[in-house]
Amino acid sequence: MTVLCLVERDGEHAADVSLRALTFARSLGDVTAVTMGNAATRPAGPPPGATGAGGDAGVGPALAADVSAYGAAEVYAVGLDGYAPQAWARALAGLAGEVAAGAVVAAGTDRGHEVLAHLGAITGLPMAANCASARPGEDGTLRLVRHRWAGSLLEDAVLEASPALLTVAVDAVPAVPAEQPAPAAVRAYQPVLDEADLLVSATESAGRAGGASLATARVVVGGGRGVGGPDGFGVLEELAGLLGGVVGVSRVVTSEGWRPHQQQVGQTGTRISPELYLACGISGAIQHMAGCLSSKHIVAVNTDAGAPIIARADYAVIGDLNEVLPALVAAIRARG
Amino acid sequence: MEVAVCVKRVPMVGGKIVVTADGQDVDTRMSGFTVSPHEECAVEEAVRLAERDGGRVTVLTLGPAAAADQLRDMLAIGASRAVLLETDGREWGPIATAAAIVDALRAGGPYDLILFGNEAADTGGFQVGVRVAHLLGLPCVTGIKHLEVSGGRLRAGREYRGTEEAYDLPLPAVVSVKEGINLPRYPSLPGRLRAKRAAIERIEPERYPWHAEGLRKERLRVPPAQNKRAEILGTGAGAVPALVALLDDLGVLP
Repeated sequence: MTVLCLVERDGEHAADVSLRALTFARSLGDVTAVTMGNAATRPAGPPPGATGAGGDAGVGPALAADVSAYGAAEVYAVGLDGYAPQAWARALAGLAGEVAAGAVVAAGTDRGHEVLAHLGAITGLPMAANCASARPGEDGTLRLVRHRWAGSLLEDAVLEASPALLTVAVDAVPAVPAEQPAPAAVRAYQPVLDEADLLVSATESAGRAGGASLATARVVVGGGRGVGGPDGFGVLEELAGLLGGVVGVSRVVTSEGWRPHQQQVGQTGTRISPELYLACGISGAIQHMAGCLSSKHIVAVNTDAGAPIIARADYAVIGDLNEVLPALVAAIRARG
Repeated sequence: MEVAVCVKRVPMVGGKIVVTADGQDVDTRMSGFTVSPHEECAVEEAVRLAERDGGRVTVLTLGPAAAADQLRDMLAIGASRAVLLETDGREWGPIATAAAIVDALRAGGPYDLILFGNEAADTGGFQVGVRVAHLLGLPCVTGIKHLEVSGGRLRAGREYRGTEEAYDLPLPAVVSVKEGINLPRYPSLPGRLRAKRAAIERIEPERYPWHAEGLRKERLRVPPAQNKRAEILGTGAGAVPALVALLDDLGVLP
């Protein structure tokens, strides 16, 4: 079966999430990668012609090498500038027909979900979001394991549709290079679009969004209800500063307005994967844990030895963070 | 400005999820229910638009009779009208759900703006809003964290890989939002009283073949235990030397 895999870019390269999607796609069949737009989104200006303007959507050597290493036999460069979700989906629909794809796969990112949802709507086919695994069953069905509750619950499901439209739960699928990679053949594809497909398209503003440093921080000092109020975060900030990290918070903290939402760790906030997550005064609701389980080490500071987070952490200090953290800061400073 | 907001009743889960014996549902005997967090923000956003520009906010949900509770919660924070697409409580797939919502939107509209949460907290399907947009032939954008409406157009913003993306759409449009777009208000006492008395419009949705969507749930299960049973370093400030030694081992000390 031919599996079409949408590859998002990270500069000149394929994004890590898309390497994971390629790994997933390889488990289903022969992978044809497809990439669209430029590395950046379209600058502000008049929309391109109704059939999609070609141009700088080509596949550079770095991207071609990436998708080859992860097992794609072909890679299509779609002649579309920038990001327009419905146009991207229309292009995938056309290309899926052209290569007789049995499945269309994308990373479970904002764009991956959005484009495959459009593809599902265009084709009338079901779309299974955040799949952790897929294997062919009898009669051309696919047996899926997909994430619910951001991975806190698994669903075993059967998908009977062709092509199968899947996004990949990228936290659950590591990127594994192909054993016998060969250079992917680079091809061009010009989608047939109508004007409505380009009605919604992105312009990138120069401003940098919040939350990025939280997602990539090496150390996160987390604060929850136990911090007690908006004035209690000083010591967490101080500790985070000493450890070269940032402060993250639980949902109750942002719902109460104690801290801005961009600091929230969890299902509806940011997913973190630091070397150390020091979770202070956080009970460990599943929605929070969904955002921090990729942490290498979790250390909990909590007054309640029976709190759920104690069962999910590697180490714990039983005590009040307002006592433990100032003492910890003092001890670290004393080391000089 | 007429705004419709589609919400979903989901279990309020805390420290752990328990699945029913037949593996078909989350066991909710010990939990309450709420609307998905993204959707509560969608309702707040709609109420703010109506407060500024006038108009009405209609909340819709597809679910069991008890989902009227969640509609009343949304009336209490400022929605003016509530519509329940009443089911027998079984789970509907995204295709059938979108079709039923479209019927209700056509019957109760027209609407200038139709809001959704980015994804349901429980099923995490990421698609009902997009499907509704296609069925209505409306432009659509998802994952929105910033929204402005003026002059019949909508400007929306979201994050992508650390930068901000901006969208400009004509109304009417379908938009799904994410938590963080605003901080939803608490219901006021008059709001709660009004919500308690408010009439809820009930529609029996057409029986779309929700069981024949091509994606069939077989069973739900909790992932293999990730329980680690933390090593206790100590109690209170007395644990600090052990904690410092650990942080040193992990190589995170200055």
